[in-house]
Amino acid sequence: MIQELCLKLFVAGDSPRAREAAANLARACAELADGEARIETVDILLDPGAADEFRVLTTPTVVRVSPMPRRRVTGDLRDVNQVLSALALQPRTPQP
Amino acid sequence: MSGDALVPVTKRPTGILGFDVISDGGLPVARATLVAGSAGSAKTIFATQFLVSGIVDNDEAGVFVTFEDRVEDIRANVHSFGWDIAKWEEEGKWRFVDAAPDPEEPTAVVGSFDLSGLLARIERAVKETNATRVSLDSLNALFIQFSEHPILRAELFRITTVLKRMGVTVVFTAERIEEYGEVTRHGVEEFVADNVIILRNLLDNERRRRTIEILKLRGAPHQRGEFPFTITSREGIVVLPLSGIELTQSSSTVRVTSGDSKLDDMCGGGFFRDSITLVSGATGTGKTLLVTQFLAGGMRSGERCLLFAFEESKDQLFRNARAWGFDFEEMERSGRLMVVNRYPHAMAMEDHLVEMQQMIADFRPNRVAVDSLSALERVSSLRSFREFVISLTSYLKTHEVAGLFTSTTPNLLGGGSVTEKHISTLTDSIILLRYVEAFGEMLRSIVVLKMRGSQHDSQLHQYTIDGTGMHIGEPFRHVVGILSGNPQFDDDGERGDV
Repeated sequence: MIQELCLKLFVAGDSPRAREAAANLARACAELADGEARIETVDILLDPGAADEFRVLTTPTVVRVSPMPRRRVTGDLRDVNQVLSALALQPRTPQP
Repeated sequence: MSGDALVPVTKRPTGILGFDVISDGGLPVARATLVAGSAGSAKTIFATQFLVSGIVDNDEAGVFVTFEDRVEDIRANVHSFGWDIAKWEEEGKWRFVDAAPDPEEPTAVVGSFDLSGLLARIERAVKETNATRVSLDSLNALFIQFSEHPILRAELFRITTVLKRMGVTVVFTAERIEEYGEVTRHGVEEFVADNVIILRNLLDNERRRRTIEILKLRGAPHQRGEFPFTITSREGIVVLPLSGIELTQSSSTVRVTSGDSKLDDMCGGGFFRDSITLVSGATGTGKTLLVTQFLAGGMRSGERCLLFAFEESKDQLFRNARAWGFDFEEMERSGRLMVVNRYPHAMAMEDHLVEMQQMIADFRPNRVAVDSLSALERVSSLRSFREFVISLTSYLKTHEVAGLFTSTTPNLLGGGSVTEKHISTLTDSIILLRYVEAFGEMLRSIVVLKMRGSQHDSQLHQYTIDGTGMHIGEPFRHVVGILSGNPQFDDDGERGDV
């Protein structure tokens, strides 16, 4: 049985960079080979405890919460292929 | 910052002994201070001690942000100083922000980012504990983890600005590559720091020597140059604020006995109560006997006496004292005499000094003798030795303690040792013990060479030592050149006169 793919996107407020990262992450997930990804966005300005819990220093940061092992990538996520590779996820079509 | 010039700088004591002297009161409140140093230069201890002092001395909470060491390691490492971080964490006075990278979960970077996560976590910790002090240790780990250095510099500036606005005093550490060169590896200081402190760990004559320098303390006076410091198990970092000390001359007019009434006469009525006397002589001239008499004289007057013995063992000292009629064992039992035996090689000079100062502070003696300074000089660099003598002398004076130091001259005849050359100006009085070769015999001479603030007998007196102690006799009258080691006698001869 395949575990559900869960991603947490940590952002600091509703900044242009946060929105850009969210859009890029959605774009990356649309490229996924198998199944849906569950993306949860966490605003650390509202919930700094979550930043502590997940040891987030930089924003935006994506943490692959499940399946284990955890992976993380930070930045505005402008390069979809790099994002997928950092999160150890397979895109639908092999890249040239 | 435009507002800086308008707001007068108030300082917050760091609790680091001596540092508050050289910084004229501590670190400026609501400012950011960079503590830079090479590996092993005690940056983390400084950052930790700054928070400890807030908790212990002022009941102010602190937040420790670690970029490198694991939280449990920090707790364990500083436990030897008696700093119980776990207890303070329970009491809500200490909060860690663990920003160390997780080796199992490295962070990839895709595009631009900021450090809002870090800032939010620090802000939360500060607010929840009402912290007034934040230490960040060390920035290098952050610069190694992320290669986007311009982002890091700008973000660190933003973080310190926010913290300063919250009224928090910030200390952050960064590593240097060379002891004398750029302030830090990544050039963070221009962006982030109002103040810059440099810790150094140098090799000086094959010995480790730690120094601290305040490079910049924006808008506030401070002392310039490098000051030696040491790390003790009781206090952590202890800075020795040498040039911060005024070498006050003997100010007391109260006389105390040297332990020998004849020597008292030669000094014009004894030593001054807060004066430092140097006794110089070749081996066997009776320096330790003079020390023994000095201590016994103090005991007779009901004073407390402390002896630092670097040459002879306690057994040997006590045996000799007993032979001269002084029961040091009994005196020690009475609690008014303390004899401390140390190997000069056992510690660095700075550590000897700090230990001696602590013992003086604890025992509160009226008299302190050091036998001998030469033994210490042999194991230190000239600079460390001179600083040691200046610090000890000043410490004794400010505590109104009479000091007697001995120094061994290398030559049996004549005099002049390296020790004396470098410290003779630091002591108030100098007494010389010299051999005189005359008529196929070795005679001994004693003279008070210098006595600050008093008339004194400047004649060379003959003296003898026997089983009952020292016996100072009449002045040599028909001989010149004793001190140079080439005595010349006039026709009358000397023998019959003594």
